[in-house]
Amino acid sequence: MAGGFPKTVRGNGLTGILPVGLAALLFAWFASMLPTIAATEVIRLTIPWIPSLGIELAFLVDGLSLTFSLLISGIGTLVLLYSNTYLAGHPQYARFALFLTAFMVSMLGLVLADDLILLFVFWELTTLTSYMLIGFSHEAKKSRRNALQALFVTGAGGLAFLAGLILLAAATGTTSISGIIAQGSALKEHAMYLPILILLLAGTFTKSAQVPFHFWLPNAMAAPTPVSAFLHSATMVKAGVYVMARMHPAMSGTDVWLWTLTIFGAVTAVFASLLALRQTDLKQALAYTTLMALGTLTLFLGQESGYAMTAFATFLIVHSLYKASLFLVVGCIDLSTGTRETDQLGGLGRIMPITAVAAALAALSMAGFPPFLGFIGKELKYAGALAVASEPVLVAGAALLSNALMLAVAGVVAFRPFWRGTVPSGQSPQEAPWQMWAGPIILASLGAVFGIYPDLLQVALVAPTVISLTGEVGEVKELQLWAGFNIPLILSIATFVLGLLFYARHVQLRGMLERAFTAIPNLDTGWDRFLDRLKGFAKWQTQLVQNGKLTSYLFGTFLTIAAGILLTLVYTGMPMIAVDLSDVEWKHTSIALLTIAGALLALVTNSRIAGIAALGVVGIGIAMIFIVFSAPDVAITQLLVETLVVVLVAVVMLRLPSLPKAEFRLNHALLSVAVGASVSLILIAVVSSPLDLRLTEYFEATSWPEAYGRNIVNVILVDFRALDTFGEIAVVVIAALSAYALLRTTRKGDQK
Amino acid sequence: MNSVILRVGTRYLAGLLLVFSFYMMLRGHNEPGGGFIGGLTGATGFVLYAIACGTQDARAALRVMPQTIAIWGLGIALAAGLFAALFGDALFTGQWLFIGATEDDKGLPLSSVLVFDIGVYLVVFGSILTLVFAMEEEI
Repeated sequence: MAGGFPKTVRGNGLTGILPVGLAALLFAWFASMLPTIAATEVIRLTIPWIPSLGIELAFLVDGLSLTFSLLISGIGTLVLLYSNTYLAGHPQYARFALFLTAFMVSMLGLVLADDLILLFVFWELTTLTSYMLIGFSHEAKKSRRNALQALFVTGAGGLAFLAGLILLAAATGTTSISGIIAQGSALKEHAMYLPILILLLAGTFTKSAQVPFHFWLPNAMAAPTPVSAFLHSATMVKAGVYVMARMHPAMSGTDVWLWTLTIFGAVTAVFASLLALRQTDLKQALAYTTLMALGTLTLFLGQESGYAMTAFATFLIVHSLYKASLFLVVGCIDLSTGTRETDQLGGLGRIMPITAVAAALAALSMAGFPPFLGFIGKELKYAGALAVASEPVLVAGAALLSNALMLAVAGVVAFRPFWRGTVPSGQSPQEAPWQMWAGPIILASLGAVFGIYPDLLQVALVAPTVISLTGEVGEVKELQLWAGFNIPLILSIATFVLGLLFYARHVQLRGMLERAFTAIPNLDTGWDRFLDRLKGFAKWQTQLVQNGKLTSYLFGTFLTIAAGILLTLVYTGMPMIAVDLSDVEWKHTSIALLTIAGALLALVTNSRIAGIAALGVVGIGIAMIFIVFSAPDVAITQLLVETLVVVLVAVVMLRLPSLPKAEFRLNHALLSVAVGASVSLILIAVVSSPLDLRLTEYFEATSWPEAYGRNIVNVILVDFRALDTFGEIAVVVIAALSAYALLRTTRKGDQK
Repeated sequence: MNSVILRVGTRYLAGLLLVFSFYMMLRGHNEPGGGFIGGLTGATGFVLYAIACGTQDARAALRVMPQTIAIWGLGIALAAGLFAALFGDALFTGQWLFIGATEDDKGLPLSSVLVFDIGVYLVVFGSILTLVFAMEEEI
């Protein structure tokens, strides 16, 4: 595979620059809110949206949402700058920039939304835009498959999430998130707490790729590298984590919450870090480390202590910084050498010094070496794990193992390709252009800066975030490089030893893991089979229902009508039927006889024209009933429609051969009798109960004074209910055009 | 269908039906009738014409494609409904103008409701002819 950076690094003109500028402006805007948030205040913006349902376009900026917003817009700016070079001259760059910007804005909406419905709208928008981004290389089948898989998994979770949000709104009586949190622990004692929790977690676990729903995330690496850096490190996958954090004050503290999040988080963290070491593809390895981070974040959200919350806020920031920068570095390596396989990389440190420095800074933070922010994050993790009341050993053990494995992976991804071995023959790597190393360098350096001056981060972001999570200032724990000689420090040292050991033996370990994991079932292997079965089922049931026989369609329709009416009648109890025939006149009887005669003739004839005419007689009989009961408008319409139907059917049918001799079909006869009987019964039931005349009286009273018309039927059609009529005529046009298209298609087919 | 009597008769009948359909539509607000019935009546005229003289001639007589008529009708009905927004009313609220109105006589009433009804007329007329012509040509 030929490598190399784009010959022209001038990017994609205005379509390349514009999104970068937009993202940078957003970042600056959010940064200007920092002082307010650091003073532990919040900013609100509320615009009425659907007032009748109490749904508002409500946005809230507090510590938690501002932290996310800054990460999203900041990393977004750098990633867009990077993409402009990474995909320079790509024919569909405008599309790419549009998707990525749209994704960024949806994600910002998601973290700023203070209304459940608004939250859901942005949630789904991120799902859709990420689908477009993962499937951006749509010529590749694999890319399309993996994009669809991500869409299905997160989309299915999204449905559960919606159900959970609706239940939540019903249980609390408000869609405002601040309102729900303000209700305190009322939700936890609510009878619907468990269903709400399960449904919401189904959404957040699929979105944040917790085991066993994790399989879509590594597959989503089919996306271009900048997309992976943005979506799968800092933003989209953290949407689920964000929602759990947002709901933390209202929902945490119960046993179910604690154990579900702890177990899923811990299993995901350990499982993912083992899988990460197994990968030989740099991007895949990073994808699994992202899973590990998501598991760890979930694990912390399960707890309630201030340590756990401070650890959550810190690790969230640490991870976003180093992971985005490592993904971008891998993109540079990929373009420079044409491969991402660890075995085929080496000696890049001298040729790509700036990239190598960025990688080293990020990796040191990831591995948790002092004085990087990653070290503080790790110390807090251990402190948080030890503060877990229930199972400190289990949680700390999981954290220790996963951290040690992280260190090993950091070595494999960011150390080995640069400082071990030599450049294999056939590769001619070169340093990345500045647009591509700027992002990794800035992000990785921030990890070092914040590590040395943790107070910056503490005051501006971590403390406000912890306050959003716990509601108490006292719960905020200090971010310190040197916290004294304590258990977290011992655990840190143990991590370094274990981690370096893992790194030294990673090739052997990989082999072992390879053998172990092939035995474990994975939902991804069954995915294609599942989709095939689903398609097979769809085909089977379509052939069953849409079998192309008009008689079977009609049979099904009428069976449903008869069953529906009869069951309703039986269920609600038959009303007293008192049929009074005293006011039936001879004209009623004769119309009825005419109609019945028409129906009988249609049944027995085997001449098509006689059949059509007989059906016409039935229609005209019904029109006459309307005339007798003084509904001239309906009668005229009925007559005209009947005439046109006879003409239309005659046009079609007269060219067909005459009908086969009418034979007796028992099931058709039974169905006809059943439909007739049920419709008659329901009519009699309707007539025998007193009619509600309120509507009639209203229209009679208002038709002339308000709508200046005496023909009430027409006034209703064109004035009182004009919107309904508009809908109906739109349907008429659509039906006519569709039928026209169908007729034309078959004719063309015949000509071929 | 090759029948001289039908063809000659249709010449007159079709014209009469069209005039009558327009009459039905206009009187619809106070007497039985309206855009729906008018559209059906008018379509009957052209259906008859198509049966007697063939769809080729009927299309030529109509000059415009029936689909176009239906879509214009839908557009006119929508415009009549949106018109109310100009006056700050809810969509599809009837707007009335009484030309030459005095104390006793309300003069010549003109309304967006009538425009809406004309839209309905054109939709029904155009849609039915779209279907009938296509089916006639198909067979």
